[in-house]
Amino acid sequence: MSIINTKINSRAEDFRANYDSMAEAVTDLREKTTQIHQGGGAKYQERHLSRGKLLPRERINTLLDEGSPLLELSQLAAYGVYDDDIPAAGIITGIGRVSGQECMIIANDATVKGGTYFPLTVKKHLRAQEIAEQNHLPCIYLVDSGGANLPQQDDVFPDRDHFGRIFYNQARMSSKGIPQIAVVMGLCTAGGAYVPAMADESIIVREQGTIFLAGPPLVKAATGEVVSAEDLGGADVHCKVSGVADHYAENDHHALEIARTCVANLNRRKDINIKTQPTKAPLYPADDLYGIVGTDLRKPFDVREVIARIVDGSEFDEFKKLYGTTLVTGFAHIHGYPVGIVANNGILFGESAQKGAHFIELCCQRKIPLLFLQNITGFMVGQKYESEGIAKHGAKMVTAVACADVPKFTVLIGGSFGAGNYGMCGRAYSPNMMFMWPNARISVMGGEQAAGVLATVKRDNMDRVGQEWTADEEAEFKQPIIDTYEHQGHPYYASARLWDDGVIDPTQTRDVIGMSLSAALNKPVGETRFGVFRM
Amino acid sequence: MFNKILIANRGEIACRVIQTAHRMGIRCVAVYSEADRNARHVAMADEAFLLGPAPSSESYLRADKILEIAKQSGAQAVHPGYGFLSENAQFAQACADNGIEFIGPPTGAIEAMGSKSAAKEIMSHASVPLVPGYHGDDQTPALLKEESLKCGFPQLLKAVAGGGGKGMRVVNSIDEFDEALESACREAKNAFGNPDMLIERYLTQPRHVEIQVFCDKQGNGVYLAERDCSVQRRHQKVIEEAPAPNLADETRKAMGEAAVRAAQAIDYVGAGTVEFLYDVDGSFYFMEMNTRLQVEHPVTELITGQDLVEWQLRIASGEPLPQQQDEIRIHGHALEARVYAEDPDNEFLPATGTLHYLRTPEESQHVRVDTGVIEGDEVSVFYDPMIAKLIVWDDDRDRAIARMEQALEEYRISGLKTNLRFLRNLAGSAPFKALDLDTGFIEKHEQLLFPASNLDTQYCLVMAACFFSEKTKQQTTNPDDPYSPFGIQNSWRVNSEYARPLKLIHNETEYDLSILEQNGQYQVQVGDASYQVAAQLNDDKLNVIVNGHRLSMHLYNDGDALTLFHEGEQFTCEQHRENFGGDDHAGDNSLTAPMNGAVVAVLVEAGQEVKEGQTLVIMEAMKMEHSLKAPHDGTVSEIYFAEGDLVEDGAELISLNTSED
Repeated sequence: MSIINTKINSRAEDFRANYDSMAEAVTDLREKTTQIHQGGGAKYQERHLSRGKLLPRERINTLLDEGSPLLELSQLAAYGVYDDDIPAAGIITGIGRVSGQECMIIANDATVKGGTYFPLTVKKHLRAQEIAEQNHLPCIYLVDSGGANLPQQDDVFPDRDHFGRIFYNQARMSSKGIPQIAVVMGLCTAGGAYVPAMADESIIVREQGTIFLAGPPLVKAATGEVVSAEDLGGADVHCKVSGVADHYAENDHHALEIARTCVANLNRRKDINIKTQPTKAPLYPADDLYGIVGTDLRKPFDVREVIARIVDGSEFDEFKKLYGTTLVTGFAHIHGYPVGIVANNGILFGESAQKGAHFIELCCQRKIPLLFLQNITGFMVGQKYESEGIAKHGAKMVTAVACADVPKFTVLIGGSFGAGNYGMCGRAYSPNMMFMWPNARISVMGGEQAAGVLATVKRDNMDRVGQEWTADEEAEFKQPIIDTYEHQGHPYYASARLWDDGVIDPTQTRDVIGMSLSAALNKPVGETRFGVFRM
Repeated sequence: MFNKILIANRGEIACRVIQTAHRMGIRCVAVYSEADRNARHVAMADEAFLLGPAPSSESYLRADKILEIAKQSGAQAVHPGYGFLSENAQFAQACADNGIEFIGPPTGAIEAMGSKSAAKEIMSHASVPLVPGYHGDDQTPALLKEESLKCGFPQLLKAVAGGGGKGMRVVNSIDEFDEALESACREAKNAFGNPDMLIERYLTQPRHVEIQVFCDKQGNGVYLAERDCSVQRRHQKVIEEAPAPNLADETRKAMGEAAVRAAQAIDYVGAGTVEFLYDVDGSFYFMEMNTRLQVEHPVTELITGQDLVEWQLRIASGEPLPQQQDEIRIHGHALEARVYAEDPDNEFLPATGTLHYLRTPEESQHVRVDTGVIEGDEVSVFYDPMIAKLIVWDDDRDRAIARMEQALEEYRISGLKTNLRFLRNLAGSAPFKALDLDTGFIEKHEQLLFPASNLDTQYCLVMAACFFSEKTKQQTTNPDDPYSPFGIQNSWRVNSEYARPLKLIHNETEYDLSILEQNGQYQVQVGDASYQVAAQLNDDKLNVIVNGHRLSMHLYNDGDALTLFHEGEQFTCEQHRENFGGDDHAGDNSLTAPMNGAVVAVLVEAGQEVKEGQTLVIMEAMKMEHSLKAPHDGTVSEIYFAEGDLVEDGAELISLNTSED
């Protein structure tokens, strides 16, 4: 394997400026995350604790194997979306090891609006299930939710990817042999009652967990029957009488211990059908990434410097190094797993697109997972390139990406604009996981370009009717467009809407991708069948 | 010389004899009880025979069976070791009758020394000095009391047939006499089947100095210097040394010659020990003669360079003494410490249990470990709880003591309580070093010998936290995917850190710690204090750098329990697990056996009402009685054992309901 020799000088002024700007963005991200980790805030947390319940994050920490990492997903979900603050969309999802098995954990946060499902709560829950299904991860639901958020029912209940899909997914996953385990640690009302009911195994906590299709108020309204929640659907009823729950837990700790035992009894092996090797740390410090990349998207950098700080031993065997040089492709390992890396190093030309398609074919043939490092303003435009068939070359790469049936991971390390996003395995191409750096931006084109296009159209119209348009007026016209693009292209905006699986500190990229790879390999890598490549 | 011998013993002495015999090309037959199936002496021997159940009376004391085995196996001689049948005249005679050499003195010599009063009479004829007292056969209490007054106080009441401190009482004034006599007689009767007592003047600051003698069948006798065994606890030796310090050469010679005289007075053959009380004024008095190889014989071996077991074997096979008196030389100084399973902090209560973790100091020309156990062995209720003898040698006493201190630090045991720390405190104490020796040493310097621990609790908790973290990291949670980052147990989190909590229990106190791992280092929080630690675990050794201070500790871990060893001290703690509530609460109203032992008396009946503190059951373990008292007022609902039953540590003996029930 060849080692990437860094050319970075960490004392250079440019490096230091980049470093500071990225460090500032990361600090902001960490502050936001810390805030989000407070859930519904001190008042609701205290109330929750006073009932003898563990906080949702504590439940996850307790459920996990001692020392297990947790790859938490979409921490910024619902960030700034609703009038009310809904930290993490009121649901915590993540992958960690339980009894040695990588599991998808989905935990309601009852301190956030009683754990009710907002539209983005549903989306986050479904996304976690989608990841579990795609990667064959057992699901553990830590249920503590009042069900659908009633004022938002139209965006929660009726559509295909709404509340009902949760149970559809449970049934479908169970049918594929992906275990479904529910731990009822609080309310589990109405539709929510189906989470434990649809689970392969369910656990309920005494005097905390309740499962019923209609709660006491609705029962009273409907039939006049007066009954306590515990008598209606508590642990005693469901473990001793109804059989809706299988295991009776004395408290949260006990319930989580039972859940661990359930996982231990799954009789599952992680059947990895690709070659792995011992891990080697990269040769260069991870935080160099701050100084290399910075937050100014206009500043170019050599993406090999980024790769050198992500892959094992900074070892990278490049493929077609001298051809289509704006796309860097090659083989490396991350945490001992083989990966084929496809990374932008400039704008995409026909050659780079063809090279990308070729490389993806190689990886699929060899069952090597793919990592896309996106920093793309788009495909080259202009008459020369159109006539050379950039559209069909781009299409080859998009076909290859779309059909590749190896685990795919995408990290937005800079811009993600236009069709470049497609060719580089954007969200629409169903990467197993997708993450953004805090400096990244995503939109159909850059704000400047969009404002420029719109300004050109407007100027053409004005010219046609002979109107004057001063430079100041044009700037005034363009600024709101630029601002909107900046706002909507921001990683927080994107992550809040689950266009990705999380915004991450660049220094954690290696670990995040390593864990994503580990999770993905719970499903054996399959055979790829490509569609027609336009030649 | 014999081709094959039988060793009628167990434990370290059996191993010790086999070692020398093997070196001399003699094959060894071991005998064992059911409890000793996997014992070291059985494994070491060339062949081994099962004697019977664990209790000594059904195994190692079965003279008939042992003789039968000796004959069956073709052993030409029997080595009795010490204890068990070693001073049993009938057994010696039975051997002789069957044409098997008893490796020890002739029957007559054993008998002569077996009765202490008879022994003293013989000694007095042989001009061996005696302590004032009464050694007569007339055991009328009134006469004994009269003799008591004659002897003077303080005095010692001793069982005629006794040994090992049983049936022995110190009487400080005539007022105490009646009660002491009664209890000593009772104890002697129980222990030896013979309640007869002798009375002796009790010297207040005496030293216990004993002479090793050897006599051959040709009638020659020599002495191999002396041993000082003054450091005793309840008349049991704790640390022995040779030569006896601060002994004038002429005294040494006088004692030696008196000892040889004593031996020859009874036509002694083989190894024997003549015990004297040595008083501050240089006078010495005969106490008793032990007609066997002593536990503490290694100190003599180390200063004389002789193998006393070899001497025994050669003499028994008819060879003359290997050395004449003028050939015997003394080099340097040797100390022996007896490592026992016992609890020094709880009146030296004998301990039983499994030696889950056992590390002995490395043996060298300076350090010797005589032991009959290996890691994983059990110290049972049936036999003496001695784990090993640690013997050190160096040019002089000070250096030997330094060796002893170091070797004791390197001796690490977990699984049961031991006297290791006590031994170290003793060996390292100023009065011991300064030769302030007498048989009351331990009582006199009690304060010094039980110092508070030097270990810093917080520091040790931090070590424990590092250990548990490192241990977790060394466990592969999914062998199907060994390099997965999910297997790096570092509590990694996205965009944040997770300091995982750890609750440790030490001395019944709970400590809340948190451990944050960053860049391969731990930040451990204990209360308000924060420690930055780099830790590395290599098997049973934890190397750490805590806030810049590098140190290492050995440890033993069993599940959630951890023992740290540092500079001869132990720190134990346990990782707390959440209690899931529910079905336990057993034990709240029950009484459990504090150790393996036998129920000797059940003092209550089912249905009986009892008061708090009332004795319910008496257990005997390690030859001592323990009363189990009611923890609260209540009614006995059920009794699970009867008198005579053997019970295991932790077994529920009685169920007691509270009064309110």
